[in-house]
Amino acid sequence: MAMREPEKPLHASVWRGGERGRFQSYEVPRQDAQTVLDVVTWIQRRVDPSLAYRFACRVGMCGSCAMTVNGIPRWTCRTHVARVAVDDRLEIAPLANLPIVRDLVVDMSEFFDKWARAKGRFVPTATRHDDFARVRPDSPPRRDADEAIQCIGCAVCYAACDVVAWNPDYLGPAALNRSWTLIRDARDGARRERLAAVAGDAGCHACHTQGMCSERCPTHLSPTASIAGLKRASVVAALRGEL
Amino acid sequence: MSARGETYAWLAQRASAAVLALCVAVHLATLIFAVHEGLSAAAILSRTRGSTAWMGFYALFVVAVAIHAPLGLRTVAAEWLSWRGRGADAACTAAGIVLLVLGLRAVAAVTL
Repeated sequence: MAMREPEKPLHASVWRGGERGRFQSYEVPRQDAQTVLDVVTWIQRRVDPSLAYRFACRVGMCGSCAMTVNGIPRWTCRTHVARVAVDDRLEIAPLANLPIVRDLVVDMSEFFDKWARAKGRFVPTATRHDDFARVRPDSPPRRDADEAIQCIGCAVCYAACDVVAWNPDYLGPAALNRSWTLIRDARDGARRERLAAVAGDAGCHACHTQGMCSERCPTHLSPTASIAGLKRASVVAALRGEL
Repeated sequence: MSARGETYAWLAQRASAAVLALCVAVHLATLIFAVHEGLSAAAILSRTRGSTAWMGFYALFVVAVAIHAPLGLRTVAAEWLSWRGRGADAACTAAGIVLLVLGLRAVAAVTL
């Protein structure tokens, strides 16, 4: 019987240090169905326990393990090495457009501060004495928000967005997408303030519709469509004198 | 700029882009026709001089350019040069005025 040839090891270049860090190479044994997160975990457990990275669920639900793999932002837990390694090589870096804390960990503060700046918080109009709001699943506003509310805030879109790189004040795809879900929420009471918050020079009109956010979103959402919705809504509001 | 100003700027750029799409197509078709027919400068001028239609068309073209180009330059200045605010807005408005004046002069020269 022919022996199965042992697979070549993987050469992983992993970012070490802060903003002024450098890539360090590691040789990692290949395994079946090995994910990029498995590679990082193997390095931390077998080679260097000081390697810093984030993960939680390991099954694509929490969004905390996002990193830049061969130049593309991805969830490492849902990315198989066999699919992305080029000539048995992988380059693993922290997410772009966010300050590096250490190694593969980035500071997400700015990312979430922008959700607040985009007024991403629901403002209720009803009190506990009112009846439940009835939102028909097939109503156009609800259908607009159907997909967009599935965002789990992993920041892959934010790291993929060129406009964020060019204009650090730009609110970014995730915050604008969140804002759009609330604009389309019949129960929300801050539509005017929210549109004013997202239509400024760091908001929806800065988007070039290049679609990198939608291209890279691991859950196949379309922040591009949400931002286009905000553009339309802000134009209508401006023409009505509500902006 | 305010949210309202940004929104109108975006709308103006989109609307002028729609006008330009049509104008550029007509302009290119006209160019190709003129070259194919081997029209001389005098033959072209005989068609455009005194023509309200050509004057209206190219005046619209120039106005659309004068709106569209400065708004695009403003974005380029902000994103590539990190030049934002009143100075950048004023410079881009000036560029728009220059395009408008030069363009309308050219329209007047071939249609009046």
